Amino acid sequence: MKKTSIGNPHIATPYVAWSVIFIVVPLLMVGYYSFTDEAGNFTFANISKIIEYNYLKIFGVSILYALVATIITLLISYPLAYFMTKTKLSTQGTLMLLVMLPMWMNLLIRTYSLSNILERNGLINTFLESIGLEKVQLINTPGAVILGMVYNFIPYMILPIYSALSKLDHRLLEASSDLGGNGFTTLKRVIIPLSMPGVISGITMVFVPSVSTFYISQKLGGIRNELIGDVIEQQFKLNSNYNLGASLSLILMVMIIISLMIMNKFTADDDDGGVIV
Amino acid sequence: MKSENIIELKNISISFGSQTVLDGIDLSIRDGEFVTLLGPSGCGKTTTLRIIGGFETPDGGDVLFNGKRINDLPAYKRNVNTIFQRYALFPHLNVYENIAFGMRVKKAKDADIKKKVSEMLKLVNLEGLEKRKIDTLSGGQQQRVAIARALANEPSVLLLDEPLAALDLKLRKDMQVELKKIQQSLGITFIFVTHDQEEALTMSDTVVVMDAGKIQQIGTPKDIYNEPKNAFVADFIGESNILDGVMPEDYKATFSGYTFNCLDKGFEKNEQVDVVVRPEDVDIVAPEKGMLTGVVTSVTFLGVHYEIIVDIGGFKWMIQTTDEAFEGDTVGLYIEPDAIHVMRKSEYSGMFGDYSSYSDEIDHLNDAEVNEEDENEENFDW
Repeated sequence: MKKTSIGNPHIATPYVAWSVIFIVVPLLMVGYYSFTDEAGNFTFANISKIIEYNYLKIFGVSILYALVATIITLLISYPLAYFMTKTKLSTQGTLMLLVMLPMWMNLLIRTYSLSNILERNGLINTFLESIGLEKVQLINTPGAVILGMVYNFIPYMILPIYSALSKLDHRLLEASSDLGGNGFTTLKRVIIPLSMPGVISGITMVFVPSVSTFYISQKLGGIRNELIGDVIEQQFKLNSNYNLGASLSLILMVMIIISLMIMNKFTADDDDGGVIV
Repeated sequence: MKSENIIELKNISISFGSQTVLDGIDLSIRDGEFVTLLGPSGCGKTTTLRIIGGFETPDGGDVLFNGKRINDLPAYKRNVNTIFQRYALFPHLNVYENIAFGMRVKKAKDADIKKKVSEMLKLVNLEGLEKRKIDTLSGGQQQRVAIARALANEPSVLLLDEPLAALDLKLRKDMQVELKKIQQSLGITFIFVTHDQEEALTMSDTVVVMDAGKIQQIGTPKDIYNEPKNAFVADFIGESNILDGVMPEDYKATFSGYTFNCLDKGFEKNEQVDVVVRPEDVDIVAPEKGMLTGVVTSVTFLGVHYEIIVDIGGFKWMIQTTDEAFEGDTVGLYIEPDAIHVMRKSEYSGMFGDYSSYSDEIDHLNDAEVNEEDENEENFDW
């Protein structure tokens, strides 16, 4: 029988080429720069420099901030997404638009606006002053960085959870109720387990950009809240040390993979949906 | 005072939007009874079941469970379990955990759960499939898991919402027998919803025929078949010739221009009535011996019997007989007094015509399209 064109194995060729050129090659280049010096000789110097210069502490802080931001985002997003699915269909559309709207605006602009609000003479402090209160240090704190992460990445958590929850079969909820499960039991035993794939993609899509961000920490965290993204940026832009920059990126990548694997270990159980690594 | 009726519905009505789905339903169900709610799509049978299960709250009327009003009792507090139309098994749990769900919710001990689950698996013949995922099971196996999951909670009443609709004919027949067996061995009340009249007649102690949100007739399968209350019931259950007639006096019925002896009485003199004659109760005889005579217009051989259409004064009768006849023959019809069933006129009178447009194909088409979705599938938002 003649094969239809869509079943033709060559149809994947452009995508394979794309993946090779824009994903595999850059990765190999990161690997190459990580283990060479400026002259192109093989070396472990970059890696040992990372340990010497105490970059590991910055790695730790970055992961911690990203983790806290991800947890806060999840705690806000899950109930929000859940109540969105319970509203009328037309309301759901409007709410969805409101969630997406900020995503159409550039991340830099959003972060810059946030820094204006939090500044020493920003919106909040001006307000506090006008009602006779002391100014508060908001900008250049860990809280400001985490707020920036939550604010910028929350749509990426809401959307997959909302999508998982709205696909849930209402009959399963009736079945749970029929078998004696009250609202809480149904949430715990049916709704949450079945929306886990959405939760896992949400966590990934918030955690990964948070852990590697540099602009948010620069604008909202000042020099005292430097994250690994900032360090990498400095190596490439200020110091022109591509080798150290590449090896920092490589280690960050490995750490992200390890974090996600740990997360999968905790959430996957015997579930087959939503596995990332 | 303890009522011997386990479930009572009193004057239940419910509307979805402007559509009245149930209109004054009164129904009493005895403990241990196998009751079937039978009717066409949209008749309100599934809604009735959902009201008993606690998934819908009636606009008016009372739902009683062992004599106590349970209108406001949520589903999870009712000692009633449901087998849903498409089973609604939990896809994230294996067979064992699906069946154990109700017991886990009630925080039963692991050992008790294990014992009960294996007992249930044995009951539904699924031993050894504990670890299987739901999506690896066939439709029939999923059906059995759904039964086991519901029965593991030891309900006093089991509600079954078209549980066999998705199975093929052979499997459906087997499951009918098996469900009946399970019901008898456990001795609990089954309330079964179906649009399949044969299923209703084979399995039930009591059949409740519904249409347009109202109960048309409640009775044993035999009553429903032999003594239909109105033209709708007569037409919906089995094949029937429904004719306009008059009762000149007790034990006499006039239709098709002939006055027959019959067993019915209690009608006013010359009352207009509907008369039902089942196709298998008519004998074909020589024209001169017949009470009525007509011309055969079609003959279909169905194996067990012939299905013969006879035109009598413009009304096409259906007759099922083992005697052969040929198209164009003039034949006589002979009808025994006990084959004639007289019904009072109802809103359904005149709605069901003769067999002039009848063909097997149309009948089969109707069977196939029946009831993919029942009346209120779209009405939930969780």
